[in-house]
Formats: sequence, C-alpha cells, structure tokens
Amino acid sequence: MIYREAGQFKASYEEDQQIFPIKQDRIVMATLVVATFLVVPFVASEYWLQAVLTPVLVFALAALGLNILTGYAGQLSLGTGAFMAVGAYATYNFLLRLDGLPFLVGLALGGLSAAAVGIVFGLPSLRIKGFYLAMATLAAQFFIIWVLTKFPWFSNYSSSGIISAQRIEILGFAFDTPVSKYLLTLAIVSLLALAAKNLARTNTGRSWMAVRDMDVAAEVIGIPLMKTKLLAFAVSSFYCGIAGGLYAYTYLGTVEPDGFGLDLSFKILFMIIIGGMGSVLGAFLGAAFILLLPVGINVLMHTSVGALVPATLASNLELIVFGVLIIFFLIVEPHGLTRLWQIGKEKLRLWPFPH
Amino acid sequence: MARVIGDVILDLQNISLSFGGVKALTNISFDVREGEIRAIIGPNGAGKSSMLNVINGVYHPQQGRIVFRGQERRRMNPHEAAAQGIARTFQNIALFKGMTVLDNIMTGRNLLMRRNFLWNALYWGPSRREEIAHRRRVEEIIDFLEIQNIRKTPVGRLPYGLQKRVELARALAAEPSLLLLDEPMAGMNVEEKQDMCRFILDVNEQLGTTIVLIEHDMGVVMDISDRVVVLDYGRKIGDGSPDEVRNDPVVIEAYLGGAAH
Repeated sequence: MIYREAGQFKASYEEDQQIFPIKQDRIVMATLVVATFLVVPFVASEYWLQAVLTPVLVFALAALGLNILTGYAGQLSLGTGAFMAVGAYATYNFLLRLDGLPFLVGLALGGLSAAAVGIVFGLPSLRIKGFYLAMATLAAQFFIIWVLTKFPWFSNYSSSGIISAQRIEILGFAFDTPVSKYLLTLAIVSLLALAAKNLARTNTGRSWMAVRDMDVAAEVIGIPLMKTKLLAFAVSSFYCGIAGGLYAYTYLGTVEPDGFGLDLSFKILFMIIIGGMGSVLGAFLGAAFILLLPVGINVLMHTSVGALVPATLASNLELIVFGVLIIFFLIVEPHGLTRLWQIGKEKLRLWPFPH
Repeated sequence: MARVIGDVILDLQNISLSFGGVKALTNISFDVREGEIRAIIGPNGAGKSSMLNVINGVYHPQQGRIVFRGQERRRMNPHEAAAQGIARTFQNIALFKGMTVLDNIMTGRNLLMRRNFLWNALYWGPSRREEIAHRRRVEEIIDFLEIQNIRKTPVGRLPYGLQKRVELARALAAEPSLLLLDEPMAGMNVEEKQDMCRFILDVNEQLGTTIVLIEHDMGVVMDISDRVVVLDYGRKIGDGSPDEVRNDPVVIEAYLGGAAH
C-alpha cells in the first residue's frame, strides 16, 4: 500500500528517464540526504563519525570505483588497493610540492594520477580477460606498492614510506574535527555517486555493460572495445584514487604503502560481491555491511549474550561469522544485497494482494 | 510505399577465406542491390555465416575485394562496417543479457550519440537532450516491432522468439542501410516465423533497408527474397531469383534434393 507506482503516470520521456522514476524512492532519497547531512552530524558521537561513518563512505567510494570496472564493464581487477595508494600518495605529493594548492584540486589531481596509472595497467585488458586479467591487475597491486616503498621520494623521505596527511583547508576553513571531515567526505562521495549513477544510465554505461555482456556483439554495433575498456579503467581508477586520498586525509591521517595491500583489494572486492555487482547502491550496501558487521558483533559481545561466549571464542567469532555470511550470500543470493532490496521492493509493490 | 530496387550497394568480388588449411570460402562473387532482400542459402557448413562475417568485418578474407557504396576495401573492421551503416543479428542470440530491452535497443544507437562521458556524468543539458531524443527514436522502433509491453524487462527473462525480435530492434536502432540477418527464424514455431517474416518485409518496404539474410526454411526464403545465392562447401553454386534457383539442377543436386520435386 505504501510503496506503489500505480497512478504515477509518465507523460514524457524526461519523466520516465529520471533517476528515481517512482515517487516513494525520491522521498526516501531526499530524506536520506537530509538526514546524513543535517541530522547525523548532530546526533552521532565522535567515535561513530570518525571510526564508522567516514570509513563506510570512503570504502563505498572505492567499491563504487571497482564496481564501475568489474560490475559494469566486466573487467575483473585485484588492483583496487594499489590505485587507492596512487591516489593517496599523489594527493600528498601535489599538496606537498605545489605551494598553496587548494586541497580539492590536489585531491582531484591525485584521482587523475590514479586514472592515468589505471589506463596503463588496463592495457592488458585489450588482449586478456577473466582470471588472466585479474593476474595482470595483481601485478599492478604488487608493483605499485613496491615502487612506493622502494623510492622514498614519494613519501618525502620518511621512514618506511609513511605519509602524514597535511591539514585540510578549503577557502580558509579548516577541516580538522571528525564532524567536518565526515561532512567533507559525504559531500564528495555523494557527488561522485550521483555522477556514477548518471554514467551508468547513459550511453557510457550502456557501452560498458555491452562490453561486459557480449563483447563481439558490442563491437559489431560499433562500440570501440579499446576506448570503452580503457575509459572504464580510467574512471574506475579515478574513483579509487579519490577514495585513497580520502582514506589518507579524512579517515586515517597517516598511511603507509603496506596499508594498501592485497588485503584491501580483496576487502573491496568482497564489498561489491556482497553488495551487488553492477549497481551504485550495491557499493554502499556492501561497504556498510562489511564494515558494520564487526561493529555489530562487537556490540553483541558486550551484552548479556556475549557473556555466555567464552573469551577465546569471542575473539575469533568475528572471523567465523564473516566467513559464514560470505558463503551464505554466495549461495542464497549471488547477486548481492541490491538484489534482496529489489526483491523486497517488488514484493512491497504487490503487497497486500500478491496475486 | 512501392519497393524500388536500386543500384548495386554491396559488391563482393572473388572472396576467399581460409582458417589455416581449411578453406571456408573459395572465390565467391555476388552483389546486393539497394532495397532488395537477398538470401544466402546452403547446407550446414557451407560458409554462409562466414560470408556475413566477411561483410561486416569480423573475418578478413585472404583474397578478394569488397565494394560497399562505391568504397572499395580489402578488409573491414566491425567498427568501420557499423559506422558505414551495416548492422546485423546473430545466429545465436547476442543480446546484452543483463540489460533491459530498452537499454539494449538504445545501445544500438551508440554510434549516433555524440556526448562524451563527462557530459554523461553530469546528465545535464546536451547529454540529457541527446538521451531523450534517442529515446524517442527507439520508442518508434519499439512500436514498429510491437514490443511495448516488455521494454523494461531484462532480456535474459524473455522467451527465445522475443529475444530474436529485440535483436532485430537493436540492429534497426542504428538506422542501417544494409541489414544482415543470420538465421532470423531459426528455432521458431510457425506463428513466430510468420511474425518475423512480416517484420522483415515491413522493414524492407517501409524503411527501405537492404537486407541480406541466411535462412534454412526454404518456404520462407523462396517467399520473401528477391534473389538467392546458394553456397556449398564454400563455393557459389547458384545465384538468381527464387524460381531460377529452385529449378537449377546443380542446386537441386547439392542441396534441395528430393524436396524440390
């Protein structure tokens, strides 16, 4: 009864092509935007802002980047962490070496550097696909981390490649509290998510999906494979680069190359698998799920239920539950949380008269 | 609208194609005139699909010339062929399974769309206008092929016959001057075949599109095509109107067998 599109007639293609064609979706989205920008900063504790919400946003952005490449364009990549590292270190160096460079420009340049590196490591995708391409991107993962560790210039000659993020200042306003950092991250991630959604529903996104679903047919109807794949690598790496910049500047503050290792790439890959391939929403759901699950288990362990669990088991419980849930998801809903969400909406649309 | 058969639009001269030692096509020449329906027939493995693949540049013949709209080329690549107005469908349906019918057909218009990804990321001004304008054209094709009710359905969920029709829609979306159909009626029941025949004839008559088709159903081929090329073991053994081909003793011997009597 609540979620109905009955009676919402579309009189023009403009109305039918809008980003959320169903009125209730628009209301939910508007509420969500208002809540995250205006309510959350006042009600959430510093711990939640700094250690939970900001990283969820940062990881959602990285997952979005990987989802563009793997979910939309069908090119499997294990180099996400490395592209994030390029973004973080490039932002650091641009801000360090160009005096008076505005933070946002530095961040964008970091993203563009990641995009350039992404294009280079995307070149093998023109000849190989699937697991073999994953191997090629794995090479990127190890090579880039090695370069950042090996050449101290990138970390301004600090010990073992650690960089400390400079103070963020935009138009004279310093972003040094958890609330301001959260809001900055939220603003950037929201804008980029909107851009990704727009890309996905226009010609660019359709070309990516065409290459993913049937590359021979895509070529025959005139989609240039090389350009399309490299564009996917560039845009994806740009998103990962920005995510890497935010990871260093608004979340951790201090990062080292090893922090961007293969573990991070896998973590982000899990996010899009659990969240849903080829969906903007999936990146957010996946990131939230993977980052909030340990928090949830932790909270549970501190209640009376947790008292019943032996301490030795409790420390490993997180890993156990995590592994079981991933397997559960892959079996029950291989299309991820997004698919569950869609099924829920379909059901809601018919409720309470399913026939 | 009366059908007008014009000049030669596609001329294939002495095409030979081999894969390693296997000769798929040997010294084949034929032409296609503007506005006609040209059929290619032949037993399995005769080289029909290879012929289509040569025309739209998926395969590159070792010998021979292809003249399309007065432009001669030894080899085409698929992208060039598409840009020059050659569209096709595939024997095994090659739709984009994860996308809706509407998105599949919209993808067919990608060569006509000019806005780059930066405009698309903003979905503002020119990009938005372009999407809407193309949506309007795509809706005309959807009306034409009578698939309005499934426009938002992912193609993977559609039955086979409808998928074939969506594939035709995607090819038409590019507004091609030459349409290649690889077994458009394979695996269909009689009713679906009738529908598809009607659509092919409508496309040819109302849009004036030149059509080259491969088909195994002799009844269909003889009914709708203007001229027929017969291939056998990679060689051309017959060429002419359906009646001429039907009565050609070489063709009867090689292919039609007793069925023609």
